[in-house]
Amino acid sequence: MGLVENHVAQLIQKGIRFDGRKFDEFRRISVEYSISVKSAEGSARLKIGETEVAAGIKFATGSPFPDTPDEGALVVNVELLPLSSPDFEPGPPGIRSIEYARAVVDRGLRESKAIDLKKLCIKKGEKIWMVMIDVYSLNDAGNLADAIGLAALAAIKDAKFPKYDEKNDLIDYTDRTKKGIELKHLPVSVTVIKIRDKFLVDPTLEEENAMEARLTVTSVEDGRICAMQKGGHATLGFEDIDKMIEIGIEKARELRKFLK
Amino acid sequence: MTYTKRIDGRKFDELREIKAKVGIISRADGSAMFQIGKTIAIAAVYGPRNLFPKFLQNFEQGILRCNYNMMSFSGSGERVKPGPSRRSREISYITENALLPSLDLKDYPSSVVDVYIELLQTDAGTRCAGITAAALALADAGFPMRDLVAAVSIGKIEDKIIVDVNKEEEDYEGGMADIPIAVLPRTGEITLLQMDGFLTREELKEVLNIARKACMQIYNIQREALRERYKNGLS
Repeated sequence: MGLVENHVAQLIQKGIRFDGRKFDEFRRISVEYSISVKSAEGSARLKIGETEVAAGIKFATGSPFPDTPDEGALVVNVELLPLSSPDFEPGPPGIRSIEYARAVVDRGLRESKAIDLKKLCIKKGEKIWMVMIDVYSLNDAGNLADAIGLAALAAIKDAKFPKYDEKNDLIDYTDRTKKGIELKHLPVSVTVIKIRDKFLVDPTLEEENAMEARLTVTSVEDGRICAMQKGGHATLGFEDIDKMIEIGIEKARELRKFLK
Repeated sequence: MTYTKRIDGRKFDELREIKAKVGIISRADGSAMFQIGKTIAIAAVYGPRNLFPKFLQNFEQGILRCNYNMMSFSGSGERVKPGPSRRSREISYITENALLPSLDLKDYPSSVVDVYIELLQTDAGTRCAGITAAALALADAGFPMRDLVAAVSIGKIEDKIIVDVNKEEEDYEGGMADIPIAVLPRTGEITLLQMDGFLTREELKEVLNIARKACMQIYNIQREALRERYKNGLS
């Protein structure tokens, strides 16, 4: 652990965060919809403090998987752009972006059944809608995970189906319908990190580097948890987990308001 | 000749609306956004920094490495497959060549300056928007530069030379010529010249003259964006 991380951890032990926030306090959150409205069927930019991500939705049609002939498909891709941090390198998605795509965005949406995949079926066994969600980091100032999760939800909320000519199986991307993707829930992910027996949310980069363990908790409106992911090398006790889940659910309620 | 009016109602020598902002990515050493019409490019600069693997290093001077990428949702039709394509690699390469004449990297031997360009939304002219944004990001990073680089795409539809081609014009049914051009605005030197379509020598001369004028307008917007960024000094 470097000097800065050590100092950050020592302060946290005394109950102080580097930027003066409370342990359960997020930085300022802002959402901007339709940032790529000409190109993408849905899009959004999300900022948490200086951390910034962009998400976009593209539709396509395809064949269903053999085991789910009447369900559409959801494809999630996250890219940590080298444009957004000196620590990210060009190339195919690394383990961090794969973890965010799978554990933060995909699992939350899928397990909460927020999107009714049956409604994305065009013709059973033959033709389905594929919803492709791409999230890109634009500036990494800590807590990309939560920003990515929220941005994906915002882009889905913003999306409108393109016109589809079923007879010729052609999508007219220049013409959009009024129909959106129905979201039955807003599965919001909150990452709680543990440093020296303290729990905090929305870590800055320095705090992320000083982190011993983290738990990303995805929950829906009524407080049910629909996905979790532990990270970091340190262990978590039963009480730790219980406390982190409590914080995660409570904060998710707060974050959900930003997507109204 | 029937192309008497541009599809979006612009004058033949009129640029689309432009927005430029410098200093948009706090983690980067320099960054900028450049929007022309509906095409939005963002650029970030990192470096000079160590270059690995070592055999890529140049002991005489630093090297410039550009990376142009369209976000998967930024195409005009289907989703663009993520990752480099033949097209994006070519554009990255011509972007390097377009920017390099403005820079002096002799003070940074064995190092690399990385320029990352991302397209958030596209309506033609993306390589030019990317180059223009990247020049701003390089200036923001504080590199000594001979000049900024401004770029614009000039087109020819039927007998009309048009400035700043949009996607609808690019797809014009009767065919067109598309000529992306980048210049060092103060001297008018050309650092990027590509062409698709037919032109006579005389027409090309006209195209180059028109491009210089248009780039001068873009240059003024670039300078204004830099002034705006640093109006309160370096902070």
